[in-house]
Amino acid sequence: MSVIVLAEHAQGIFKKKTFEALQYAAKIAKDLGTTVTAIAAGNVADSEMQGLGAYGAQKVLHIADARLNDFNARAYTKAIISAVQKESAKVIVGLHDVPGKSVIPQVAAGLKAGLVSGAIAYPDTSNGFVVRTSVFSGKAFANVSITSDIKVITVMPNTYPVVKGEGSATVEQFQVAFDDRDFSIQVKAVNKVTGTVPLSEAELVVSGGRGMKGPENWYVLEDLAKELGASLACSRPVADAHWRPHYEHVGQTGGTIRPNLYIAVGISGAIQHLAGVNGSKTIVVINKDPEAPFFKAADYGVIGDAMEVVPRLTAAVKKFKENN
Amino acid sequence: MKILVCISQVPDTTTKIAFSDNNTHFNTQGVTFIINPYDEWYALVRALELKESGVATAVHLVTVGKADTEPVIRKALALGGEEAIRIDADSSDTYMVAAQIAEYARTEKYDLVLCGKESIDYNNGAVGAMLAQLLDVNYIGFATKIDVAGTEVTVNREIEGGEETNVCSLPLVISCQKGVAEARIPNMRGIMAARTKPLKVVPAAAISALTTVVSYELPPAKTGVKMIDAENMDELVSLLHSNAKVI
Ligand SMILES: Cc1cc2nc3c(=O)[nH]c(=O)nc-3n(C[C@H](O)[C@H](O)[C@H](O)COP(=O)(O)OP(=O)(O)OC[C@H]3O[C@@H](n4cnc5c(N)ncnc54)[C@H](O)[C@@H]3O)c2cc1C
Ligand SMILES: Nc1ncnc2c1ncn2[C@@H]1O[C@H](COP(=O)(O)O)[C@@H](O)[C@H]1O
Repeated sequence: MSVIVLAEHAQGIFKKKTFEALQYAAKIAKDLGTTVTAIAAGNVADSEMQGLGAYGAQKVLHIADARLNDFNARAYTKAIISAVQKESAKVIVGLHDVPGKSVIPQVAAGLKAGLVSGAIAYPDTSNGFVVRTSVFSGKAFANVSITSDIKVITVMPNTYPVVKGEGSATVEQFQVAFDDRDFSIQVKAVNKVTGTVPLSEAELVVSGGRGMKGPENWYVLEDLAKELGASLACSRPVADAHWRPHYEHVGQTGGTIRPNLYIAVGISGAIQHLAGVNGSKTIVVINKDPEAPFFKAADYGVIGDAMEVVPRLTAAVKKFKENN
Repeated sequence: MKILVCISQVPDTTTKIAFSDNNTHFNTQGVTFIINPYDEWYALVRALELKESGVATAVHLVTVGKADTEPVIRKALALGGEEAIRIDADSSDTYMVAAQIAEYARTEKYDLVLCGKESIDYNNGAVGAMLAQLLDVNYIGFATKIDVAGTEVTVNREIEGGEETNVCSLPLVISCQKGVAEARIPNMRGIMAARTKPLKVVPAAAISALTTVVSYELPPAKTGVKMIDAENMDELVSLLHSNAKVI
C-alpha cells in the first residue's frame, strides 16, 4: 500500500508543481499511515530523484526507458498502472495540468477507480475520503466522496505553498512491459516559448485587456512583469485580435490560473474572464472606469489610465526592491 | 470513417449558481442549459467539416443523460450530424459517463471520437482520456487543429508553454479546444431537419458511479475592494508586500 505520484519533469529537472503534488501525497500518506512512491520516467539523474525525498517521497521508481524522455500519455498511463499494481497502491496523485489531464484520468479508468479532478484542498479522511474541488468555473466548490477502493486525484497547481523538508528518497529501477502500440504517436514538431514560466505555474501574473488599446502598448505590461518576475496573460478579445499569442488567453475558453497575484489592466471583468482567474489569491484591478465589474472581484483597485498607472506601479516596485 | 461527437449539456455561462436540499444538489430552477461550448464550437463543427469535405462518412452525436437533456441534443443536431444517441444514465461521475459511452462506441466501431477539452460545469477535462483508455486507443488532449488523410491523423495539441504536432493513425480519441474550428450558427433548415432526425435512446449499461458529491459550497464573498489612489502606487506595493504577502 502506498501513495503513488507521477513526478513530472522537464529535461530531467523536476518542476515546482511536482514538489507540490508530492507534498500533497505525503499528507495523505501520513493520514493513512503509509508512504509516498514517486514515478519518474525517462532520463533523470539519480541525485535529482533522491532530492524528491525533501518533499515527501520515500522511494522513486525510475523507468529509464529513453522512449519516455518525451511525454507519452499511453506509455505513462501503463507505467503508473504497473507501479500501482506492484505497490498495491490505494491512492494516486497527479497534477491538474496539461500532461496530468491526459494521463491521470486514463489511469483512473484503467483501474476502475474514482477520480476527483482539480482538488483544491487535502482530502478529508476522517469519514470516508472526501476531496474538495472547484466547479462551475470557480463559482462554487464541491466536496466529492470517492467510493471506490483505489482513489485518484489531480491537484490544482499552486494550491499550497511548497515547503522543503529533509530527507532523501531511494531510487529503484522499474521495468514496464511496453509494446509498439504504446509509441504509435509520432511527434513531428514542437513549438515552445522558452524563457518564461508557463502561465499555469506562475505565482505572479500581469494581464491586459482591450483597454490596452493595441499591441504596441504592451511594453508597459512587459516592463511591470519583468520588474516583478511575473508572467503575462490576456483577455480573449486580445488573443482573438492577435495582439497576443493565444496561450496567454485566460478565462473560460482559455487557461485557468491560480496565481498568488493577478494584476488585471484594462479588463472589464466579464464572467467568462473571471472563470479563469477567480482562484487567484490576490487580485489587483487597474481600470479607468470606476463602474468596471472587475472591481467587485478585486482585492485592490486603482482607477486610472493604464498607460499612466502601470509605469508608476513599475517604478514603485523597483523602488521597493531596491529598499528591501 | 465514422465520427462520434460527445455532447454534454451545461448551464449557460451567465447562470447564477445556487444549491438546494441543504447544499447537496445544484438548483436547476430557472437555469438555461446549453451545449457545452467546446463540444459545440470545436468538436462538433470539426466533425461536420470532415464530413462535408468527404473525409468522414458519418457523424453521430452522443450524450449521457436523462430525458431532460433531449432539447440540448436536438439543438446540436440542428448544426448537423445524422443521428443522436442518448444513453439514459445519470451523468454525475466522469467514470460512469466515459464507461457508458465506451460500451456504446465499442459496438458501433467509430474510427474517431471527438469531445470537448472540458465541460464548463464540472471542469474535469477527464471524459475523453478515460474513454480512450476504455476503448484501448490513443488519446490526444487539448487539440488546436485536426486534419485527417486516409487513416492518418495530424493533430496540433497544446503542451506546457507551446504547441506540438502529432501524427497518429485511427482509431483515436481527441479532445478539442479553440483553434480546431470556428463556431457556427444553426440555420432554419438545420433546425427543421433536426426535428425529424433519429434520437436513439439507449438504456444505461450496468455501471456504477465511483464518486458522489457530498455537498456544495459557494465561495465566501470578497470582503470588498480597497481602492488606492492612482498617484500612490507606493502604497499599493507596500500593501501587496505586508498585507497580501504576495511580493
Ligand atoms: C461563451 C463565452 C466564452 C468566453 N470566454 C472568454 C475567456 O475565456 N476569456 C475572456 O477574457 N473572455 C471570454 N469571453 C468574452 C467576455 O465575455 C468579454 O467579452 C471579454 O472578457 C472582454 O474582454 P476585455 O475585458 O479585454 O474587453 P472589454 O470588455 O472591452 O473591456 C475593456 C476594459 O478596459 C477599460 N479601459 C479602456 N481604456 C482604458 C485605459 N486607457 N486604461 C485602463 N482601462 C481602460 C474599460 O473601462 C473596460 O473595462 C467569452 C465570452 C463568451 C460568450
Ligand atoms: N454527460 C456527457 N455526455 C456526453 N459527453 C460528455 C458528457 N460529459 C462530458 N462529456 C464529454 O467529455 C468532455 C469533457 O468533459 P469533462 O471530463 O466532464 O470535463 C466534454 O467536453 C464532452 O465532450
